[in-house]
Amino acid sequence: MSNLTREETEALIQEVLEVYPEKAQKDRAKHLAVNDQSIEQSKKCITSNRKSLPGVMTIRGCAYAGSKGVVWGPIKDMIHISHGPVGCGQYSRAGRRNYYIGTTGVNAFVTMNFTSDFQEKDIVFGGDKKLAKIIEEIEGLFPLHKGISVQSECPIGLIGDDIEAVSKKGAATINKPVVPVRCEGFRGVSQSLGHHIANDAIRDWVFERDGKDTINKFEPSPYDVSIIGDYNIGGDAWSSRILLEEMGLRVVAQWSGDGTLSELENTPKVKLNLLHCYRSMNYISRHMEEKYGIPYMEYNFFGPTKIEESLRKIAAFFDESIQKKCEEVIAKYRPMVDAVIEKFKPRLTGKRVMLYVGGLRPRHVIGSYEDLGMEVVGTGYEFGHGDDYDRTIKEMGNATLLYDDVTGFEFEEFVKRVKPDLIGSGIKEKYIFQKMGIPFRQMHSWDYSGPYHGYDGFAIFARDMDMTLNNPCWGKLVPPWQKPAAEGEALQKAA
Amino acid sequence: MANIMIRRGDKGEYVFYLPKRDLEDTVTSMEFDTPEKWGGEIKLNNGGSYYIEPQVAPARLPFSVRAKRLDAAE
Repeated sequence: MSNLTREETEALIQEVLEVYPEKAQKDRAKHLAVNDQSIEQSKKCITSNRKSLPGVMTIRGCAYAGSKGVVWGPIKDMIHISHGPVGCGQYSRAGRRNYYIGTTGVNAFVTMNFTSDFQEKDIVFGGDKKLAKIIEEIEGLFPLHKGISVQSECPIGLIGDDIEAVSKKGAATINKPVVPVRCEGFRGVSQSLGHHIANDAIRDWVFERDGKDTINKFEPSPYDVSIIGDYNIGGDAWSSRILLEEMGLRVVAQWSGDGTLSELENTPKVKLNLLHCYRSMNYISRHMEEKYGIPYMEYNFFGPTKIEESLRKIAAFFDESIQKKCEEVIAKYRPMVDAVIEKFKPRLTGKRVMLYVGGLRPRHVIGSYEDLGMEVVGTGYEFGHGDDYDRTIKEMGNATLLYDDVTGFEFEEFVKRVKPDLIGSGIKEKYIFQKMGIPFRQMHSWDYSGPYHGYDGFAIFARDMDMTLNNPCWGKLVPPWQKPAAEGEALQKAA
Repeated sequence: MANIMIRRGDKGEYVFYLPKRDLEDTVTSMEFDTPEKWGGEIKLNNGGSYYIEPQVAPARLPFSVRAKRLDAAE
């Protein structure tokens, strides 16, 4: 199907909105837009970071998900207590494939679930005593942990427990940092506020901690950088890191995929912060820029075009030796990339993709698809803000769809009309669209594949897209309601 | 009164950031912009305007400062 014109896309949005009651229609209309590259400011065409409508199927998470699941969770040598009832921690346990090196349960704890398992009596009498006991128990059972973070779940805020006081006391007894994070799920409209709260907790409780410099001996070099906002999904941070290291830079810290507490503590001494996921980590980068004078730079390691652009931009912060090595790195990987493109581009070219993910991917992966000759015809953020859409408008083609916090219904209707060849979204959307006979890739967990960052990641990305799109099964999938009636009747008779 | 942060953008312009609301925008005009006197009324690209008490220009940007909202967009 050829691409929709601007008028057709606008009509499509109107049509989809028609089923809503008037008030909901007015609200949702602000979140759906047709991209217009001439617009400088996204707020003129799209509203974002607003409360989801009650009654619609939203795909958002909560502040706890943003803090425990995204920012704090992957820090491997700390123990993150899900403070509150058991479910929040258990059902999100090891859900994000943050790879790490270490022995789980000995010196790394990412995939384990630590919870205070609140019962009725804890709600009635408060859970502070329980938390203090947990801190002690952890110290006894897991002596190699480097610190504890207390991730509050909703009830903690509701009953007014003083986790800060308990944490301070606990930190003094075990002589390790204990970080209280006020990321109760009811805060904010989505996981985005959880990222902000988590960033502020790092600022206040990690950077400002007394005596951290006496333990941590750090020899700075002029080429120190940190990778910020890469959660090492399927090894993403590793495939990014090797490129930077080949350029002659020293990657001091990974935030926070495969990261450690001492890496966090060393970050204020680096020369440049490299920011991948802008949405979840810009807060701490801004803080470091102001307080420690460390510039930050947004980069994009999806697809060779963007990688080259980003590598050159990173090298421009350093001296000529780095810039020379940067060109060597680009030249070194070019034959590999050319081979990948040569192999997969003919199989993928002209295919149209719709995306709906969170964080940085709705705009970052566009380059990756374009390198393979594919086209992104619709994109949207679960929890993006105005500044995300500002950055997206330029990346997207004219008259393509933009949808913020899209509802299950809207997304399905858009897909039915736009008829993309591939959809990239999360697990909750996957089976709906697969049953509709549309190839689907999970773009949150890379569909249990990955890494997708860096040159090595691009090769895997191209293979995965080809594997999904050109899978012969799609032609054989007819949803039950579209099967010819006669066949159904025949089956009934046979039964 | 709100805490805001002023930083330099890629093109050397001032960029306004309001952490509480995650609002980032370029500053189109600043009333006083000399080393001795800096601040006053600032106008944003989105149509909003804020007032910073005029002061000696900060030695280094980004710089966090209290600002009064005169006219917010939206």
